[in-house]
Amino acid sequence: MAVAAIVENYVGERLDRVENFHGNQILYIGWDNHLFFCAPIALPVPPDMPFSKVVEELIPGAFSQHQDFSKIDWNAVQWHLNGESFSPSMDAALADQGIDHKSILRFSTPGLDGIKGSGS
Amino acid sequence: MSNRKLNMKDKYRLLTRDLEWEYSYQDYEEIFKQESFEGIKITDWSKWEDPFRLTMDSYWKYQAEKEKKLYAILDAFAQNNGQQNVADARYVNAIKLFLTGVSPLEYQAYNGFAHVGRQFGGVGARVACQMQSLDELRHVQTQIHAMSHYNKHFDGFQDFAHMHDRVWYLSVPKSFFDDARSAGPFEFMVAIGFSFEYVLTNLLFVPFMSGAAYNGDMATVTFGFSAQSDEARHMTLGLEIIKFMLEQHPDNVPIVQRWINKWLWRGYRVLTLVAMMMDYMLPNKVMSWQESFEVYFEEAAGSLFKDLARYGIEMPNYAADAIAEKEHLSHQAWGIFYNYGHAAAFHTWMPTDQEMDWLSEKYPNTFDKYYRPRYEEWRKMEEAGERFYNPTLPMLCQTCQIPMGFTDMENPTMTSYKQSVYDGERYNFCSTGCKDIFDHEPEKYVQSWLPVHQIYQGNCGGAEMEDVLGEYYKMNLGADNLDFKGSPDEARWNAWHNLEPAEDKLKKAS
Repeated sequence: MAVAAIVENYVGERLDRVENFHGNQILYIGWDNHLFFCAPIALPVPPDMPFSKVVEELIPGAFSQHQDFSKIDWNAVQWHLNGESFSPSMDAALADQGIDHKSILRFSTPGLDGIKGSGS
Repeated sequence: MSNRKLNMKDKYRLLTRDLEWEYSYQDYEEIFKQESFEGIKITDWSKWEDPFRLTMDSYWKYQAEKEKKLYAILDAFAQNNGQQNVADARYVNAIKLFLTGVSPLEYQAYNGFAHVGRQFGGVGARVACQMQSLDELRHVQTQIHAMSHYNKHFDGFQDFAHMHDRVWYLSVPKSFFDDARSAGPFEFMVAIGFSFEYVLTNLLFVPFMSGAAYNGDMATVTFGFSAQSDEARHMTLGLEIIKFMLEQHPDNVPIVQRWINKWLWRGYRVLTLVAMMMDYMLPNKVMSWQESFEVYFEEAAGSLFKDLARYGIEMPNYAADAIAEKEHLSHQAWGIFYNYGHAAAFHTWMPTDQEMDWLSEKYPNTFDKYYRPRYEEWRKMEEAGERFYNPTLPMLCQTCQIPMGFTDMENPTMTSYKQSVYDGERYNFCSTGCKDIFDHEPEKYVQSWLPVHQIYQGNCGGAEMEDVLGEYYKMNLGADNLDFKGSPDEARWNAWHNLEPAEDKLKKAS
């Protein structure tokens, strides 16, 4: 029973199915230990967008106000996709490397742990 | 016809139980269609003990007296320009949050109790629910009247009902009640009657009403008092429904336990708004969220669940998670609203030095370590004329709909991420409680109207944030939203009290 309902086999409308986003899919991005940004962010992105755009455009647009941002060594950044360790390919499309609708992409920046190391 | 006056007992019987009749030409299941689908087994409704013991005619008389007193005080408050006597203009933002976030829930409760007041086979339960329904309607009306005076002098009050249905953070309390009202009648009673009105109510009303008293808001204190005796009756109904279900059939126990687990977690998540109100929005503090939580949840609910143990009911399994969060919750919530202060219909601000010291004292294990550094940085940016506003919309929890600002209590600087895959699609959550609720009834929560996703789908006005906030949410941009510093509210307050804004003072001194 997927829901207690007055009719049998009740099926709910999937409000956030990918078709509703006009060709985009939702991508969540979180910067570990930088709670200066109170929560991970949500962005609509084309599934065929190369990963390099995430690094060159989306992440700076969202996170560059932080004093740690300019100090990031992008070669040392560690990525997680939906909780699993992940090695992105910069040129490949998001969809071609398993980044699907409502996926969570986390990045951590070793040595940079927020304001005064507080995780902020 | 004798014109003997009926005694109370007879009158009560005639006006409640005696309203019932034997159903002779319709099946019981046809009349009370919603009584059995949730799996709750009722064998004998006559065992129901009426919680209110109040007849309709004495109810009207009693409530009318309270109304008379209430409106006399509200008139006096308005005539004396009571709005000028609150502790500080920042306080009024707590009342904006109440009017937009809580008062519409009273209206939802009125609808909900009116609905379940038709669904139960037992006349005692039906009468009690109908009476509570009327109370709730009275509460929403008196609250709107009490706060309407503030609407004449402060921004952010004007479209509270419209905002409740649309604004991103108001989807948290709204979806909580939508969830309860779209459940069956017994689950609604556990959700609202028991979990909210009995277990959690003191965590909601005591802070707001004491906060009002400590901050010179006589209007709010007065409607609080006027609602208090009603709330006491509602608590009796909440407890009666639980005991009745548990005594009727042993098969009800696991169902009721699951509902209690679910609804205490759902309710606790809504109370996040109260936590930040207590610790950040009251210029004169009553007590910290942590202290309030210890008294009204840990102690009070602890002894309640000891009482319920004889029915086989245990302390809800997420209580430990809520307790673990008590030193973090309010700070994480205020961080969310400070980040998105440009999109809120009330003002946000950084605490003063004195307030920061109060927070350090009340939260010795967490405030200086995790939150003060963040605030000092935000304050520095503000002083440099670059007040921080988060430029990107946040990820929301599929169940509670709060931005994912809660952290893992074993590692409090790491966001708590939980995920389920259902029918080929990912769903994300802030906590085990919210994930479990989804996993048990996914067909319900796939329908969550998540404000951020709705904006990206183009369902909330135009493509620009100004369109969403101004047109779709109906905020007066530049007046309702943004930091308290520099707001028209602040300017009016300073004019009433001949105060100078801090910025002008600095300029003169240099």
